[in-house]
Amino acid sequence: MTNSVVDAPPAQVPDELTPGRSRWHGLRPYLPLVALVVAAVLPYSTLNLPGIFEGPLNSPGTLQLLAICLVFGGLAAGYDLLFGRTGMLSFGHALYFAAGVYGTDVLVTKAGLPLWQAAVLTVIGGTTLAALLGAVALRTVGIAFAMVTLAFAQVGAILVARDFGGLTGGEEGLPLDVSGLPAALVGVTNTVNLYWLALAYLALVVLVVHRVSGSPTGRVLAGLRDDERRIGVLGLDPYRFKLVTFTLAGGLASAGGVVYVLIVGGASPHITSSELTLSLLVMVVLGGPGTRWGPVLGGVLYMYLDHRLTAFGSSDAVNSLPAFLSHPLSQPLFVLGTVFILAVYFFPGGLASLRTRLAPLRTALRPRR
Amino acid sequence: MNTVVLLTLTGLGLAALYFLVASGLSLVFGLADVLNFAHGLFLGVGAYATWWAAGNLPGAGPDGLGFVVAVLFGVLAGSLVAVLVELVLIRPLYSRTIEQVLVTVGLSLAGVALLQATWGADPRTFPRPDWSRQVTAVFGAQVPNAGLLLIVAAVVVLGALLAFLRWTRYGLIIRAGVENREMVTALGIDVRKAFTLVFAIGGAAAALAGALGGVYFGTVSPGQGGSLLIFAFIVVVIGGMGSVVGSAYAAVAVGLLQQFVNYYGTSGLGDLCVVGLLAVVLLLRPQGLAGKVAHA
Repeated sequence: MTNSVVDAPPAQVPDELTPGRSRWHGLRPYLPLVALVVAAVLPYSTLNLPGIFEGPLNSPGTLQLLAICLVFGGLAAGYDLLFGRTGMLSFGHALYFAAGVYGTDVLVTKAGLPLWQAAVLTVIGGTTLAALLGAVALRTVGIAFAMVTLAFAQVGAILVARDFGGLTGGEEGLPLDVSGLPAALVGVTNTVNLYWLALAYLALVVLVVHRVSGSPTGRVLAGLRDDERRIGVLGLDPYRFKLVTFTLAGGLASAGGVVYVLIVGGASPHITSSELTLSLLVMVVLGGPGTRWGPVLGGVLYMYLDHRLTAFGSSDAVNSLPAFLSHPLSQPLFVLGTVFILAVYFFPGGLASLRTRLAPLRTALRPRR
Repeated sequence: MNTVVLLTLTGLGLAALYFLVASGLSLVFGLADVLNFAHGLFLGVGAYATWWAAGNLPGAGPDGLGFVVAVLFGVLAGSLVAVLVELVLIRPLYSRTIEQVLVTVGLSLAGVALLQATWGADPRTFPRPDWSRQVTAVFGAQVPNAGLLLIVAAVVVLGALLAFLRWTRYGLIIRAGVENREMVTALGIDVRKAFTLVFAIGGAAAALAGALGGVYFGTVSPGQGGSLLIFAFIVVVIGGMGSVVGSAYAAVAVGLLQQFVNYYGTSGLGDLCVVGLLAVVLLLRPQGLAGKVAHA
């Protein structure tokens, strides 16, 4: 392919609509970097945030929760590559994540491979799986595609639950055998390393998604989302582009699985369920599909709430409510599902659109000069 | 021989369960383009309403006529919930397919959590009439009555649905709407009434599946609908979206395949074969066994 893609000339913006340069305007491009540095040095803080976390920031419990949140932020960003950027509604993303988790776990625990070999093999395997299944599933489009990916993911769930050959441990899951792992990744005192690993994974996914969506391929993907037929008329093959994206997203998800199994220290069958994919969808929609930071925010927030709402549900404040209120509120999924439905109606752009939605309010409140 | 008869009949019982869930899904999808993840919720509501009615509703009970009343109550409840969901949540979002899917996804999460919050996560023993626990000898095979009940119910529902679609005015509108919704609207017919109706029918069928599935499995739990729903989706895709007859054929194929392979192969292999069948059907005939081409 020749490099014939020409940048469109920037649209003319009337002067009065150009946003004014604020004092921090020059810093904006570096904000992600600043956020990354802040997140990286966070474990050195002993700050205690009562009500938000149970221990100080550098306690292993808090760091593990944060690491899980970061992994799911990365997963949601990877899923957004499919849903928000390309418009593919896949209900089987959990399969590739689970392939990463169980692949690493089985290779380390049952086959006794060193971690790095297991990780490389797993990511290659997960990517190949995504390519193969995507090749079949992408013969359908739209809702049928959603159903087919759901069915494929269900196979994964069945395989894990039925425990063929005693590999997966069935309902009980498979604890990770830590004896062969590098010492820096084992033990409660080393949780901080896992946190950094999760942060690195998140940064990797955000970088990949950003690079892909900014490239010419990314423009084709946006075109596929908006009008697939038009891309076909332009002489580009939608099937190939979608397959590449599907494979890439699958590979990213299996890499996330590798990190997740290290953080949690084992695999349990609930990660293969379709509910995981559904919650990824919820994360992306809550955060703002097709935006750079929305899915990450959504993923981090969702996992945080999912963990913390359990504690909130059993707190005294909720228990003292009448039964018809306290019982539903003690179910995190009820709260999250309801918030999700409300978000679909009232915040179609998710958290990422809050800024623009609040803009009229801000201008109204700003003192007139 | 006995084994084959037994497996065929239990397979058909499973197929009946799939058909009851899939027929509503298929109609809703064919007419309104809504992929309804909340369908499993209707099933759960039907099952729990029947369970509740058998214990608490005056005139209803676990046996005889009381059981029929309890099932009727469950079906009514499922249908009512389905209509409410359609009117309140789905209707404002028509022609925005993705948002509809998202809302039903949220609903399935929140609804199942609500069932769990109200009645707990553990399976509850379902009130079963005594005769449903016994077996009937068919060609020398001892077939559980609950399975036979499911088959009879599914055949009755299939007959009633086909008669309704073929010989009533609303059936005509629904069939025309599945074929070409814009044209029906252009002719001045309010298709949205038909949407509500289809949701009511689908909800009723799913609730019936929940109630009879409770009899079949002996227990009822909040997550039951979700696991059945996935196979119902597969049945819908294999059968062709929007086709009731296609769903029936596909349900029979899926139920029998699952039952036979699970018996003669390892347990769980049948479930995999079903997905294999799905892949084959998609590769050879993407529009499903019967019915219109599935488009975006």
